[in-house]
Amino acid sequence: MTSVDYVLGLGDDALVAAQRLAQWCARAPELEEDVALANIALDQLGAARLLLTYAGELEGAGRDEDALAYLRGDREYRNCLLVELPEPDFAVTMAKLLFLSAYQKLRYEWLAAAGDERLSAVADKARKESAYHLDHASLWTVRLGDGTPESHRRMQDAVDRLWPYTHELFEGDHAALRPQWLSLVTAVLDEATLTRPADGGWAPGGGRQGLHTEHLSYLLAELQVLHRAHPGARW
Amino acid sequence: MNVYDVVAAVVDPELRVVTIADLGILRDVTVDGERVTVTITPTYSGCPAMDVIRADIRQALRSAGYADPEIVTTLRPAWSTDWITDDGRSKLAAAGIAPPGPSRGPIALTLGVRCPRCGSPNTEELSRFGSTACKALWRCRACAEPFDHVKAY
Repeated sequence: MTSVDYVLGLGDDALVAAQRLAQWCARAPELEEDVALANIALDQLGAARLLLTYAGELEGAGRDEDALAYLRGDREYRNCLLVELPEPDFAVTMAKLLFLSAYQKLRYEWLAAAGDERLSAVADKARKESAYHLDHASLWTVRLGDGTPESHRRMQDAVDRLWPYTHELFEGDHAALRPQWLSLVTAVLDEATLTRPADGGWAPGGGRQGLHTEHLSYLLAELQVLHRAHPGARW
Repeated sequence: MNVYDVVAAVVDPELRVVTIADLGILRDVTVDGERVTVTITPTYSGCPAMDVIRADIRQALRSAGYADPEIVTTLRPAWSTDWITDDGRSKLAAAGIAPPGPSRGPIALTLGVRCPRCGSPNTEELSRFGSTACKALWRCRACAEPFDHVKAY
């Protein structure tokens, strides 16, 4: 039996990632990248809608995708900390997308073959989208890492800063996916002439239990303000 | 016109030269007395055209005398560009949109895209993401014309 929290974790990862990516709209380094990040955000939002709808049905309390997205507080969100972190630099966005899409791809591939028919159908679509996101993040990581001294420095800084947050992705049932994830990510970092940070250091967690960084509150405030001020608003 | 043909003639809102049947988005139409049930599938998980497609199907059926159809969305089997019919591919190409090659595995390799205007294979990808989720932006090096390409997916 699939738990509500498990599906919320998947859906919230996608929803929060979509919101962060959408914040680049009209601010990306080039027009094509604006379009790319908005497209990736749209894929994430599509998966989030399907997953939150399913979570609401599993919960059986009458909450639909909108109720779950717009009317939960930060303590009720089950996303990993990685997706909620701010993105002050484009290199951070790309390092985050590299780590996240490699993880989502492996997780969706696993779910596509697992026993929950509903999750399997969602994952079977989403895994192809994640593979495309991973491709995009890999190209940028290599371009920036193996670019100028300045782009290399910033890409390495982003990788170092986000690395501790990748441990949380493999808590519990998904520990077995980390070796595969490491091999996907390491191949890209190597090609990008970047150094893979050592494991064994700080490994923050708590997102799956609803314990988040302060950044999620601000993100949710922006995501939810319209719906909370005008419940049920439509256009 | 039978019910299936009414629904099959609905045009995709973002690729106006092809119908939902051409794209392989339309999976099934069943009639039980007065009640019509239409089954459709999204291209990408977040395709924003789905709501418009549902509304257009309703409108087309209403005009043909079928009120209040049920529209079901299915995810299985997952859509891929292989569902686009040969007729659909010809219509895309005629409209200057390069149709996809066959999709293979989770990521399709794009082996070469011919310019839909001059037919030259000497083309380059400008951006892996285009004006809709299903397209990438390409340019022909022979005739210099930029064009949309439906990504093999």
